[in-house]
Parts: sequence; structure tokens; C-alpha cells
Amino acid sequence: MTMVLTEAQNLLKDTARDFIQSKAPVAALRQLREYYKDLPEGSCNAAAIELGYSQELWEQMSELGWAGIVIPEAYGGLEFGYQGLGVVLEECGRTLAASPLFATVALGAGCIQEIGSDEQKQTLLPKVAEGRTTLALALEEHPRHTPTRIATCAEATDDGYTLKGFKTFVLDGHCADQLVVVARTSGGIEESEGISLFLVDANAPGVRRSRTAMLDSRNVARIVFDNVRLKSEALIGMEGQGYPALETVLDRARILLAAEMLGGVQECFERTIEYLKEREQFGTKIGSFQALQHRAAKMLTEVELSQAAVMAALSALDENSSNARLLASLVKARLNDTFELITNEAVQMHGGMGVTDELDIGLFLKRARVTMQILGDSSYHRDRYASLSGY
Amino acid sequence: MDFNDTPSEAKFRAQVRAWLKQHATPKINGVAAKRKLPEAQQLQAAKHWQKKIYDAGWACITWPKAYGGRGGTQMELVIWREEVADYDELDGFFTIGHGMCGPALMAYATEEQKRHLLPRLASGEDVWCQLFSEPGAGSDVAALKTRADPCGNGWKVNGQKVWTSGAHFADYGIVLCRTDPTVPKHQGITFFFIDMKQEGVTAQPIKQADGGAHFNEVFFNDAEIPDIQRLGEVGGGWKGALTVLMSERMAVGSLQATGFPELLSLVQRLPLEDGFAIDNAAVADKLADWYVKHAGLKHTNSRILSAISRGAPPGPEASIGKLVAAPMNQDINSYAVQLLGMNGMVTDPELAEKQAHFQKEMLFAPGIRLAGGTDEVMRNIIAEQVLGMPQDKRDDKDVPFNEVPVGV
Repeated sequence: MTMVLTEAQNLLKDTARDFIQSKAPVAALRQLREYYKDLPEGSCNAAAIELGYSQELWEQMSELGWAGIVIPEAYGGLEFGYQGLGVVLEECGRTLAASPLFATVALGAGCIQEIGSDEQKQTLLPKVAEGRTTLALALEEHPRHTPTRIATCAEATDDGYTLKGFKTFVLDGHCADQLVVVARTSGGIEESEGISLFLVDANAPGVRRSRTAMLDSRNVARIVFDNVRLKSEALIGMEGQGYPALETVLDRARILLAAEMLGGVQECFERTIEYLKEREQFGTKIGSFQALQHRAAKMLTEVELSQAAVMAALSALDENSSNARLLASLVKARLNDTFELITNEAVQMHGGMGVTDELDIGLFLKRARVTMQILGDSSYHRDRYASLSGY
Repeated sequence: MDFNDTPSEAKFRAQVRAWLKQHATPKINGVAAKRKLPEAQQLQAAKHWQKKIYDAGWACITWPKAYGGRGGTQMELVIWREEVADYDELDGFFTIGHGMCGPALMAYATEEQKRHLLPRLASGEDVWCQLFSEPGAGSDVAALKTRADPCGNGWKVNGQKVWTSGAHFADYGIVLCRTDPTVPKHQGITFFFIDMKQEGVTAQPIKQADGGAHFNEVFFNDAEIPDIQRLGEVGGGWKGALTVLMSERMAVGSLQATGFPELLSLVQRLPLEDGFAIDNAAVADKLADWYVKHAGLKHTNSRILSAISRGAPPGPEASIGKLVAAPMNQDINSYAVQLLGMNGMVTDPELAEKQAHFQKEMLFAPGIRLAGGTDEVMRNIIAEQVLGMPQDKRDDKDVPFNEVPVGV
């Protein structure tokens, strides 16, 4: 396990910080939010579906190589590893930068990389690496993360499959070019056996997408698959055997999301410490009060433990360690808890300003609450950690 | 301790119930629909209701009849509050006016002012606000900088207040100003009331993270106050305001919201992966934990009521209510939206569960821990005033206000 960043990773982190701070500051999210406020709910016309991020930003991120950061060189990527993608996402988390990086690279392309055919990889991965194709993983069918509870089904036809069902809260689902759809080809509703993955054109006949505006001003979609006809080549991996690969991809994504959350945690923490050093009441800096110093110290220990957990998990991914699965649940549960603690304390310690819209802290609180749900809340991951450990 | 009404209290409660049954708007399926109206309509509805109860003799129960009240007891006020809480009527617009501004006028205004202003306040004709906090004077309110300088027959006010609830629709406000910066901070403050619609007063609503805008920044630009609107002695404002506020804080007998009843009703019907939430061991564990606190608060409240009923001054229990209830309310609502999963992240009331009740509460709850004395201020009060611990070293306390070093 490597618990320090290499020189190359540090360089990437510095570049990412400079780039994100200048091109995608928190103010950029405020602009997106203002823009979305006036759009009609449930717009499903493809032309009216807005991106939810800046296309220009995404192009620049792709030019920096970030879209292909974990894609093998053979398919046009940088093969730089998950620790690299982790530091980039961490910097994105510091400014709440919205981009397709997570949904496209970690989730969508992750599935193709894991079990896609060589042809699927050849066709798709270079385009992803160049930032020309965006993806989304159409997985959830319930408000709470339950990856085996799949009712969407793909029925075999003469030359392929017919896809029926609906998905909800699909990250970037409203704007992605291609969807990786988790569907059942056999088995009962709770079973992991019988789950298959399919690559579906987001604009294929029978695919209906509608936007759901969320607390964090990001966008997710509800997607209906109304007898969508798929060629047999649409299948990713073996029929009915998709779940183990899906779980591997989800574990990577949980760790990467935790890295993004760590960025938000650090930003809120640092801003709060700065405020404690600046704000004066009772003729002195409020940071001189022991009651607040102790709470700040408590926060620091939580932030440090969280950072160590994220580094351990990312490093396990790059080393292909069998421990990664356990670490994924550990790190997601921990970052859920830490992000909640830090955003609550940040609001409280900023006093009245903390509950205003003007101060960015509220935006971090909102993002915290949403990321705490994505790919499993704390109770899901505590339970999973216990099961995996045989408790 | 006696949690039951005395015979006369029981009789009063029956009267209140009968009147409310006939005149108040019932909640439909437990939902207070008026709270969902736009603010201007809420204010109108609140004024209408206040006039109605004033005409029927239920307004400001503890105030003397001569000033528009009922001349009743503290316990009767508590009974009224408990009973009216079951109906869809709005009284929040007058909480500050009736709870703080009225008592301040009662203590310090001239007889003529009292006879003119208090009935208007009791009947809901006028709305009042309270102008204490400033950008540099939050937890440390006594560090306020808004100045009132002598001018002709009165005072000229300049400065800025913040977090003023309702200032954008208030008719009058009570305000603390610095009249002498050459003495230590607590001694140079004077208490006034001011016409909020007069020249030189501007209210600017502050947008909150939850989307609402209840609070304001208020700017005074050469706003003139006649000396007759001074409440108490020149330089006696801090002590005067504090006396009024503390007596009111002690008298509050209504239970602070913990969010528990709403959480309980949610988990009873929310399906999780393996059945209803309430049947999940982890959920039940949390629920039991919160119930213990909720029940503790309820009984603490009963002790306060019991003391009030006997005419004894309530003890330190009164400062505990907010300190326990507000963080609990924040935790409970945060937990509720987590149980709702991604549905808890949808804020559109048309699409979200229970019209996004938990989402709104989750975003509003942090503010309750800050408004009217932060958790930290409440803990200081308990440590210093209830437990009698030595006061924290405060360098600025005995230094003339204009000599307090800035930026150390």
C-alpha cells in the first residue's frame, strides 16, 4: 500500500487544483443553478435536455487527459491509475465542479473496461478518452441504493433483446450519449444471478428521459425503456453474469466518489478554520475559545482519518488488491459520516452567515447530503462491511 | 409536580376548546396548509386571525385588559398555546411583538404610548420586530456599533442591524443603539423603539440556503427618533433589554420542535428493502434513543408548567429546551432524508414525499441552533449563570468601547 503520492501524482494534483480553481470555481455552480431554475420540470425533449455542466469545461478537462486517466494506453487512455483520478476528483470536490467525469469515466466506461468485448472497447473507450462520448450507468430503480433489486428486463428476441422497464436517479442520465443499462435476463428480483449489462444509445426509439432537479443543483434522470430493441452486440460481458463485474465497478466508483467527498470535506474544514481565526467577538478571535478549539481539533482528526482511508482505498484499486471491496464500504461509510459532521459544524461555526444562500457552505451541505446517498448510505455500507467480514 | 390541570385551569381549557372548535380552521390530515402560502398571504391570514381572537378576548392573555390583553395568568397562556397548536392558524408573525416588544413597552413606555400602541399590537394591526444583532455583534450583542447621537429633541440613528426577522413587513421595532462609546460596552447602550416605515430605515431581506427569506439586513441612515421613544435610562439599554428578554425566555412554556413525531409517522409507513423502516433494528435503535430525549424534554416542560402554575419562577430548565431540541431537530431531519434515499434529495414540493417537508426542515433546522442565542451562548449561560462557574476571561469587558483593540 502506498500512502504517499508519487511525484507525478503530486504534479497532477497541483495542475488539477490550478485548473479547477480558475475554470470551475463554486461560482460556476451558482451560474448553472440559476440557469436551471427556470427550466420546466420533466423536460424530455432531447433538445431541451440541458447538460448540467459546461461543455467547454469538459473539453478542456479532456484535453488535459482526465477523461482517459484510467483507460489503458491501448485504447487511447493515459493508464495513470485510480490514485490519479482520485486526486482530480478530490480537487473537483473542493469547488463542487460539475462534469461528466464521474458518471462517464468511473461508472459507464468502468463497465466497458471491466467486461466489454474488445470490439466494444475499441469503439467506445478512445472516444471516451477524447471526451467525445459521454456515458451514464442506468442502475437504480428505487430511491435507496439496491444494486441487485433489478426488475428492468431484457427479453431475448431472434436477433437480440427487447428492453423493458424504468430507471431512476441516473447520474447524468439526462444528457449522456450512451447508457450502460443494468437489466435482468433471468432470475428473481433480488438475485444477483441473471443480471446483464447492455449498451444502449440514449436516443434510441423507446428510450424516454426526464430530468429530476436535485438538492445539489446537479441533474439526474428518470429513464423509461419502452420495448427498446437491442442487437445482440449490445450485451456487455456474458448474459446473466454481469453482477460480479458491476460490483467491482461500483466499488471503484464508491471509492472515487469518496475522493470527491474528501475534497468537499477539506474545503469546508479549511474555510471554517480560517473563519475561526478571523471572526472576532467578545474582543477576541473566536478561535481563541477552547470550546471551539476542541471542536476544530476533533474535526481535524476526522478529516485525517478520512483522508488516510481514501488513500488506502485508491491505492488498493491500483494494486488490484482483494481488499478493495471491503475498503470501498469502509471509505464510503466514513466519508458519509465525515461530510455530514464537517458541513454541520461549518454551518454552526459560521453562525447566521452559515444559513445564508450567499455563503458557499450551504452549497457544500447540499452536495454532502446527495453524495451521502449515491451508491449507498452509511447504514448500507456498515451492513455490507459486516457481511463481507463475516460478522 | 402535578401534570394535571387545576379545576380552574380545566374550566379555562374547556372554554378555549369550545371557542376554537367553532372559530379556528382545522388542520386537514394533520397538515397546516396556511404555512405553505406565500408570505404576503400568510401575513394577511395571520392578521385576520389575530383580530378575530382579539375581538373575542383571547389575544395576549397575560397582558392587562387596559392594554388589549385578557388579564389572565401565565398558565392560561400556556393552555391557549397548547390548544391552538392543533389548528391551522398562524401566530408566528406576532411572537416577537407579543413576547418581547410588548413587555418592553409595558416596562418603559409612557402611559399614553402604552394605551396607543399595545392594543394595536395585541389586535395584530401592527407588527413589531427586534433589532439587536449586527454583523459584528452576533453572540456578542453588546459589541453593537449602531449609533444614536443626540440631535434636537431626540436622537439620530446610523448603522446596520442583521438577522432581523420580519423587518421587511414590520411597522415598529425595538432597537439597541450605542449612545456613549467612551464607557465599557455594556454601559453605553440605550434602548429605543422606532417606526420601521419612517425615513432613513431600509430593510433588505437575506436569502437563506433553504430558499426562504425571513431575515433582513436593516440599514439606518440618519433615522431620527424622538426622545420620547427611548425605553429606560440613557446608558441603561443593555440591562433593560436583558431583563425584558430573560423574563420572557423564562416564561416560554411551549415545547420546542424536536422533529420526533414527524419522524415516527414517517418510519411507520416508509418501506425499506426488508419491510417498514420501523421494523429495521438500526432504525428502531435510533428512534428509541430520540424518544428518550423527546420524552425527557416533554417532562422537563411539564416541570416548568408545574412551577408556573404554582406561581414559582421556573428554574434553569427553560434554557435547556432549545439546547436539546434544536440539534436534535437537525439530526432527526437529516436522518429522515437519508431514510428517504434519493427521494429525500428532491426538493420540488410537487414531486417530493410529503411536499418536501423533511427536505425543508433539514435545511431550516441549522438556523434554529443559531437564532435567538446559539447553542454555544446557551451553554455559556448554563455554565456561568446556572452552575455558577467563573466567567471566561473577557478582555474587552471593562475597557471603554472605543478603546477596545480591533484586529488582535
